Amino acid sequence: MQFPILSVIIFLPLAAGILILMYPAERKTEIKATALAATAISFLLSLWLFIAFPSYNLQPGKYLFEQQFNWLPNFGISYHVGVDGLSLPMVLLTGIVGVTGVMISWRVDDRPREFFAFLMFLVTSVFGVFVSLDLFMLFFFFEIAVFPKYLMIAIWGWPKTRDYGSLKLTLYLFIGSMVALLGVLAMALYGGKPNFDMISLENAGFSMEFQRLWFPVVFVGFGILAGMFPFHSWAPDGHVAAPTAISMLLAGVEMKVGAFAALRIAIMLLPQGAKIWAPVIIVLATINVVYGALIALVQTDFKYVIGFSSVSHMGLVLLGFAAGVSQSFAKGITPSADGFIGAGMQMFSHGVMTAMFFAIVGMVYDRAHTRDLDKLGGMAKVMPFAAIGFIIAGLVSMGMPGFSGFAAEFPIFMGLWRAYPAVAIIAVIGVIITAAYILRVVNKVFFGEMNPELVGHITDIGILDKVTIVLLAVFMIGFGIFPSLLSNVVGSGMMHVLQLLGGA
Amino acid sequence: MGFLIQHLLSIILFLPTVAALIILFLPKEEGKLIKWFAFIASLFPFILTILLWMAFQKDVPGFQMEENIPWFPAIHSNYHVGVDGISLVMVLLTTLLTPLSLLASFSIKDRIKPYMILFLMLETGMLGVFMSLDLMLFFLFWEIGLVPMYFLINQWGGENRNYASLKFILYTMAGSLGLLLSIQLIGVVTGTFDLVQVMERWNSLSGSLLGVPVTTVKTIIFWAFVIAFAIKVPVWPFHTWLPDAHTEAPTPGSMILAGVLLKLGAYGFIRLVLPLFPAESKHFAGALAFLAMMAIIFGAFGAYGQDDFKKLVAYSSINHMGFVVLGIAVAAASIGTLESRIAMSGAVLQMFNHGLSSAGMFFLVGVIYERAHTRKLSDFGGLFPLVPVFGGLLIFVSMASLGLPGLNGFVSEFMVVRGSWPVFTLITALSMIGLLFTGIYILKGIKLVLHGPLNERWVGHLTDINVREVIVLVPLAALIVLIGVYPAWILDVINKAVTMLF
Repeated sequence: MQFPILSVIIFLPLAAGILILMYPAERKTEIKATALAATAISFLLSLWLFIAFPSYNLQPGKYLFEQQFNWLPNFGISYHVGVDGLSLPMVLLTGIVGVTGVMISWRVDDRPREFFAFLMFLVTSVFGVFVSLDLFMLFFFFEIAVFPKYLMIAIWGWPKTRDYGSLKLTLYLFIGSMVALLGVLAMALYGGKPNFDMISLENAGFSMEFQRLWFPVVFVGFGILAGMFPFHSWAPDGHVAAPTAISMLLAGVEMKVGAFAALRIAIMLLPQGAKIWAPVIIVLATINVVYGALIALVQTDFKYVIGFSSVSHMGLVLLGFAAGVSQSFAKGITPSADGFIGAGMQMFSHGVMTAMFFAIVGMVYDRAHTRDLDKLGGMAKVMPFAAIGFIIAGLVSMGMPGFSGFAAEFPIFMGLWRAYPAVAIIAVIGVIITAAYILRVVNKVFFGEMNPELVGHITDIGILDKVTIVLLAVFMIGFGIFPSLLSNVVGSGMMHVLQLLGGA
Repeated sequence: MGFLIQHLLSIILFLPTVAALIILFLPKEEGKLIKWFAFIASLFPFILTILLWMAFQKDVPGFQMEENIPWFPAIHSNYHVGVDGISLVMVLLTTLLTPLSLLASFSIKDRIKPYMILFLMLETGMLGVFMSLDLMLFFLFWEIGLVPMYFLINQWGGENRNYASLKFILYTMAGSLGLLLSIQLIGVVTGTFDLVQVMERWNSLSGSLLGVPVTTVKTIIFWAFVIAFAIKVPVWPFHTWLPDAHTEAPTPGSMILAGVLLKLGAYGFIRLVLPLFPAESKHFAGALAFLAMMAIIFGAFGAYGQDDFKKLVAYSSINHMGFVVLGIAVAAASIGTLESRIAMSGAVLQMFNHGLSSAGMFFLVGVIYERAHTRKLSDFGGLFPLVPVFGGLLIFVSMASLGLPGLNGFVSEFMVVRGSWPVFTLITALSMIGLLFTGIYILKGIKLVLHGPLNERWVGHLTDINVREVIVLVPLAALIVLIGVYPAWILDVINKAVTMLF
C-alpha cells in the first residue's frame, strides 16, 4: 500500500488543531509552533506532489494517490480521495495560504489557543474539499468549516462590522451550499440507487432535461461561494470583517472552493446543462469583472478595495469556464482548453495574490490602526518590504506580463475570443480599471506624505511577515516567468473536462 | 565561446536583470559601490553587442542568432528571439545609451539601490522588445518596460511627477489594450504566436472570421496596432503624455525615454504593422503621412513656444520622430520601390540618430538644471563665458539635432525627404516648414541660454561641466560625427535588411 500522502495532508492540520485545544491556554509559543509545523508539513508535501506530478504522466480522467474506503456503503458513500491536474494546484494553494496564514497570525494574543485550533480546522476543511472524489465527503468537509469560520470572524474580527459581516458571510455560504446540495442529491439519486462517487457519476448518463433543470441550481449554489454576481456582496463584507489570516483563507482559498466545485460538479457532471446555460454565466461573470473593478475604484477603505478586487478577479475565472464550455462546440474553430486552463491558472494566481494583499493590508492596519485611504500615506518609507510585496501583487492583479496574473488572463481571453469575441472586448475594460485602482491605492497608502499623526508610530514588519511576502511572491513571479510549470499541470486536468464536454 | 555565441542574445538580454538581482543583495548604504557596479555591469551588454555586430552577417536574409525554446506550450507561445539588421541597430542603441544614462545617474543621491535595479530591469524590457520573434513575448517585454519607467518618474521625478507618471502609464496601457486583444485574436486564428509563422498564415487568410469579413477584421486590428504604437512614438495627436513625462522624469530617465522608449513604437510599425498588414498599410499610408507631417510641424511650433528648456527638447522629439513616421508611411505606400527603401532606411537611421542627439540634449539640460535649479529659458542668458565647455557641447549637439550637414541628423532626414518627395510631394513640402522651424527653435534655445546679455545672478554660481559629464557626452559626440561623415558602416546593415524586407 502506498503512503497515504493526501490523507496526511488533510488530517495533519486537524490533528494539530485537536492537539492545540488540549494545550493549556497560556502556552502561546507551543500553540503557534504546533500550528506552524502542521501547516508547513502539509505545504511541503503538497509542494512535493506538485513537483512530482508531471513525472507520473497522468492520463485525462485518472487520479493520483487515490484512496477509497467504504464509509456508508448503503448510501453509496465512501471515503474517496485523489488528485488530478485540476485539484493539485488548489491543494498547493491551500498549503501556501495555510502556512502563511499561520505566520501572519503570529501576533494574535487574544485567545490564541482557540484561534489557531479553528484556523487548523479551516485548513483541513479546504484541503478535504479539493481532494474529495465523493460528493458527500466534499460537502462534509465544506460544512465542518462553517462554524469555525463564523466564530473566527465574530470573535477576532474587526469590531465595527464583525457581527454583520460574520452573519452575512455565514448565511450566504450556508444558503449557497444548501442550494448546491439540493442539486447534488438529485444527481446522487438519479439512478435509483444512491451514488455519491464523482468518478462513476461522470458516466451516469443524466438526461438532457435533467441537466438543463439541475445545472443552474448546482452552479448558482457554488457560484455564490465563488462570489458570482449578483450574490457577491458577502465577499467584501465578510473579508473586511475577518481577521487577516481568515481574510487570506476566505478570499484566497474559500472562493476557489466555490469555483472549483462549480467546475468539478456542475460543469463536469452536467456538461450538456453547462452548454445550455453558458451564455447566462458569461453575462453575470462579465458584470463581475467590470462592476467589481468599478466598485473597487471608488472605495475609501483599503481593505474594501481588495475585497471588491476579488469579486472582479473571480469573474475572470467564471468567464474562463463559460468560454471553455462554449468554444468546445463553436463552429469553425478547433476546440481547445484555453479558457479552462486560464481559469485554473487564475484560481491559483488570484489565491496567492489576494492572500498577499490581505496580509499586507493587515500589516498596515496593525500599525496604523486605520484603513482610511485618505489617512494613510508614505508607508513605503517605514515598511519598504511590504510596499514591494504589495506592488508585486498589484502587478499580478493588473495582468502585467511576467507575472502569474497575465499568464492566467491571456488564455482566458483567448478562450473568450473563440466563444464570445464581444465579451473579450468588454472584459478587457476591467483590466484598465484594475490598473487604475491598484495605482491609486499604491500611491495613497505607500507613497506621498505620511499622516503627521502616524509619524514615529509605524514600525517595520517582522521577519515572519517578510517570509510570508517572499513565499507568496516566489509563486507569483515564478509562474509568471515560467507559466508552463503551472499550465502543464492545469492543462492535464482540463483535457478531461474538455473530453466530458465532447470537445476533444 | 561556443555557448556564448549560441546564446548571445539571451545573455545580452538577461545580463542587466542578473545585475539587478545582484544589486538586490548589496547593502543599501553602499551607494557608491552600487553605482559603480550598475555602470560596469551595463558595459558588458554593450561589449557583447559589439561582438554581436561583428558576428552578424549582413548579407544573409532573415533573422540571425535565433533561439527558440517552448515557453508557454499551452497556448503555443515560444521564447523565440533573433535579430535582423533593423533590430541589431536598435539593440546597439539600447546597450549604448544604458551605460551612459547610468553614468549620468551618478548625481542621484536618493534611494540609489531601487533606482539602479529599476534602470537595469528597464534595459532588459527594452532589449526584449527588439529581440522578440514571438508576439506574446513581444507584448510581455513591451508592457514590462512600463513598470520601471513609471516608478522612475513617480519616485525620482520633479514636482508634478504623480500626474505625469500616471498619465504616462495609463496612456500607454490603454493603447496596449487594443494590441493585447489583437495579439490574442491573431493567436486564436493562426494557432501560433511565432512571428515568422504568423506572417505566413495571417496573410493567407481569406473568407470570414467571427462572422465578419477578414478584411474588416484586419482593418480593425491594423488600427489597434497603429494606435498602440502611435501613442508610444508618439504621433500627433497622441503625443500629450510625452512633454509631461519628459519634464518630470529624472535626467537619465528622459535620456532613455527619448533615446530608446520612443523607438519601441516606431519599431513596432516596422516589425509588425507593415509586414502583417501590407494592404491596410498601403491604403492608410496617406493618413499616416499626414499625421507625421502634423507631428513635424506642430512639434516644431510647440518646441518654439516653450519657455522650459526641457519641454523644448521634449517637443523637438515629437518633431524628429515625425520624420521616422513619415519614412515608414512612404515605405507603406510604395512598397517594393527604390523610394520605399531609401525612406525606410532613412527612418531607421533617424531612429538611431535621434537616440543619440535627444539623449545628449536631455543630458545637457539636466547638467544645467542641476547647477541652476531652473530650466526657464528666460532665467538664463549670456552663459557662454561662464560655462564655455558646456556651451560648446550644447551647440554641437544642437547642431546635430538641427540637421547640420556633416553631422548625423542630416543624413537620415535627407534620406527620408528624398524618399518621400516623389510619393507624398505636398506633405513633404509642408514638412519642410517644420524643418525650418527646427532650425528656429534650436537657435532660440541656444540664444536664450548662451548668448545675449548675461544674467548677473549666475556669476560665480555656475560651474562648468565636469569630467564625468563630459565622458557621458564623448561617445555620443563621436558617433554623431562618425555617422555624419561616414554613415556607410551603419547604413549598410540597415539598408540590406530593409531591402530584404520591403
